[in-house]
Amino acid sequence: MAAEAHSPLEQFEIIKLIPIQIGPIDASFTNASLFMVIAVAAVTAFLTLSVNTRSLVPGRWQSMAEISYQFIANLVRDSTGTEGRQYFPFIFTLFMFILFANVLGMIPYSFTVTSHIIVTLALALVVFIGVTVIGFVKHGLKFLGLFVPSGVPIFVLPLLVPIEIISYFVRPVSLSVRLFLNMMVGHTMLKVFAGFVVMLGIWGVAPLAFIAVFTGFEIFVAVLQAYIFTVLSCLYLADALHPHH
Amino acid sequence: MELEAAKMLGAGLATMGVAGAGVGIGVLFGNYVGSGIRNPAGAKTQTGNLFVGMALSEATAIFALGIAMLILFG
Repeated sequence: MAAEAHSPLEQFEIIKLIPIQIGPIDASFTNASLFMVIAVAAVTAFLTLSVNTRSLVPGRWQSMAEISYQFIANLVRDSTGTEGRQYFPFIFTLFMFILFANVLGMIPYSFTVTSHIIVTLALALVVFIGVTVIGFVKHGLKFLGLFVPSGVPIFVLPLLVPIEIISYFVRPVSLSVRLFLNMMVGHTMLKVFAGFVVMLGIWGVAPLAFIAVFTGFEIFVAVLQAYIFTVLSCLYLADALHPHH
Repeated sequence: MELEAAKMLGAGLATMGVAGAGVGIGVLFGNYVGSGIRNPAGAKTQTGNLFVGMALSEATAIFALGIAMLILFG
């Protein structure tokens, strides 16, 4: 009846669906690639098909598309002001992709794209490097004034500036690791408790009830972590556009 | 000591870091509820900040839990 013991980390394995080799680079189409394509297709379908009716008083689907647009537009405008408006497409894409990728991973037997550090690190590095380049292009070397908060006595500066520099470079690490660990630990906990359900026999209803509640919590965490990633990206962008504290 | 036993002990010790998030989230929600009772209209403007703070505090707990998982299964 029971198969061999499965590790809770087995769900994160990358399976090559279509092996593609370009010289020394392994560019196979994996299950991660498949779910990224599904996420992008879902976002595109949701946004384009919902506004097809183009009615002035929106129905339900159009309302949802407009609400998601408005939500991020307000967020970008409140954090970055008017100069940040040109970065709204990037922030919106970031939010919708991470949201759909996280929530698609909650479907049983699917694969969570953001539960791999390389995916979240790529997203966080794009944000970090982009924001740094924007800061230098916009303000030149005065962008380094970001590390020197105003109103600080001179003798504290040799201690404060290295701390500020280190906390600036920790940003991509914390941004990526937060999303990655939330997704990975959430799914691993679900699998661990699923193992308990089988182990306990009839008393397995207790872990089962916990899994039911925890799955609801995980869906909330999936949405919240997408929002947190986006909010922090907007904050870093605002820091780059206005580096005076 | 065997590797399996050391892994279990390490994972158990690493999970103690989750306590910090409990304290942090409790402080956050306590302040929100306390000031919400004093100023109910103003409380609604801060629910967004509340959830941001909760996620950031929870992230620290998840960091500790992630290390525990890595010790146990990695």
